[in-house]
Amino acid sequence: MSWLSDNVLNHLRSVAEHPDLSHTKYRCLEKVATGGMATVYLAEDTELRRPLALKVLTAADSRGDLAERMMQEARIIAALEHPSIVPIHDVGVLPDGRVFYTMKFVKGRRLDEHIQNTPSLPERLRLFQKLCEAVAFAHSRGIIHRDLKPENIMVGDFGEVLVMDWGLAKLLAADDAKSEIDSSTIQSKVRVRSPTKLSSQATEHGTVMGTPAYMSPEQGRGEVKQIDERSDVYALGAILFFLITNTPPNAFDPMQEHQQLRPRQINDKIPKAIEAICLTALSPSKENRFASARELSEDVERFLNGQAVTSYHESPLEKLARWVKKNKFVVSLLLVYVVMRFLIYFVGRP
Amino acid sequence: MHEDTHIGGGHSQFPHTRWSAIIASGSVNPSERQRGFEILVAAYWKPVYKYIRIKWRKPNEDAKDLTQAFFAKAIEKDFFKGFDPGRARFRTYLRSCLDGFIANEEKAAHRIKRGGQQKILSLDFANADKELNLAEIPDPNKLDDFFDHEWMRHLFSLCVQQLQAHCQNSGKTIHFEIFERYDLNEDGEDKMTYNKLAADFHLPVTQVTNYLAFARREFRRLLLEKLRELTATEDEFQNEARALFGIEL
Repeated sequence: MSWLSDNVLNHLRSVAEHPDLSHTKYRCLEKVATGGMATVYLAEDTELRRPLALKVLTAADSRGDLAERMMQEARIIAALEHPSIVPIHDVGVLPDGRVFYTMKFVKGRRLDEHIQNTPSLPERLRLFQKLCEAVAFAHSRGIIHRDLKPENIMVGDFGEVLVMDWGLAKLLAADDAKSEIDSSTIQSKVRVRSPTKLSSQATEHGTVMGTPAYMSPEQGRGEVKQIDERSDVYALGAILFFLITNTPPNAFDPMQEHQQLRPRQINDKIPKAIEAICLTALSPSKENRFASARELSEDVERFLNGQAVTSYHESPLEKLARWVKKNKFVVSLLLVYVVMRFLIYFVGRP
Repeated sequence: MHEDTHIGGGHSQFPHTRWSAIIASGSVNPSERQRGFEILVAAYWKPVYKYIRIKWRKPNEDAKDLTQAFFAKAIEKDFFKGFDPGRARFRTYLRSCLDGFIANEEKAAHRIKRGGQQKILSLDFANADKELNLAEIPDPNKLDDFFDHEWMRHLFSLCVQQLQAHCQNSGKTIHFEIFERYDLNEDGEDKMTYNKLAADFHLPVTQVTNYLAFARREFRRLLLEKLRELTATEDEFQNEARALFGIEL
């Protein structure tokens, strides 16, 4: 054996870092990403011989709180069977006591990277609508994501949109939730500190978690009980802001009056209607936002179809301009007719 | 690299877990104490020697003498007894002991034979010099990092040697050969593929990946065992595992 070069040393370090999967049917292939709480690896299911993503808790977890959060995340994903939510396969505990779960390995790019090659506004808005649909589905199951941001959205090779990282997701109160999650089905397999506790308690003391630019004011203030579907609507509004301007919105600052930058201040070619949709979703007061992700998606749909959107009151001139834009063919025919009549009138005159 | 030293590290003769060479080096039992020191010397002599060469700009003969003298003095004066795991990592403590030792030696007038008569250790300095020539010239402002990095390189080298011995002793030579070709290959994984290894070793690809997984698992185990030997407390062990390998335990 020769001297270990820096390249070999770095490679060996990554090999040493791989989790010990000796008692599982998985084999670790390479590290894909590291987050604050967990690391994701590309792994192989040695029985089914297929690649998958393996997420392992890596942060120090002396009190077991993070293990509980990982378990909760696994249960939440398991409860969400939707084409835009990556399916979970398995959950377990490594020999060193760390919780892990496996899920489908998604090939694609993060939304923020993907849109660099997607200049057209309608295309971006169609992606946004798919995102809204996935979030609306989660809401229908009583689950709030709480960490929606471009980095947590993947766009697959065929344009499919996938919502990732449900680590901060919250289950709405039992009365409101339509969730059919049965935590008992997996608790027997995994040791967690408080197996009967579900996620709604995990942040009840007001710990602020999330990403500032995409976090609703109520979430930023740590008002956990105030968080509901409209908190995700705020995050969707922030993502829409990013999609139309290529810039994240201002982060909410609890010490100052929240004054959001308008998209048209960044780019005055952005249609007023889409700016209004975005700002409605980003309203500091949740009562002024869209009531649901679906409502938001529907308003975007109206914009794409050339209809009036609910968020923006048009002047008569704007109405006319929109009508002309929507009915270009009819307007063209009309114009041709008028010109022809005009010509006939003058040419036919003695 | 095979014959760097015959002391301690290359031979895994000690209990597998929860055994700290640092604690042993302060033991009242002479043989226990001796074994603790041997492990520490085996794990640290090379980074110590390189550090003296680079930071203190010593010619190789002086650096050899100083390395020998440092460890001899550490054994004689129980340098490592003063280590407090609550205050620093052992390697940081050792490095500060080393700096203090060299500074004192610099001041001393009788430096010519300061360590020359204390060649108690069989250390392959020629090999260490070759490695120094291969390594990038370190940033003069980051010599502490240089020491840590060289220590890590040496630690990994020791564990690769241990893995090789372990595989040979357990009739798993082929496992190590696959590990060597795939993970120790200077060109990285880009040039070596499972299919190529399968063809070269006349094995199915699944067997190649199984053997590689075994070797990697053993390598990781040996690294953690070695790290446990070289740390004084569970906290220090966990902190080192996190710092060196990103492993949370």
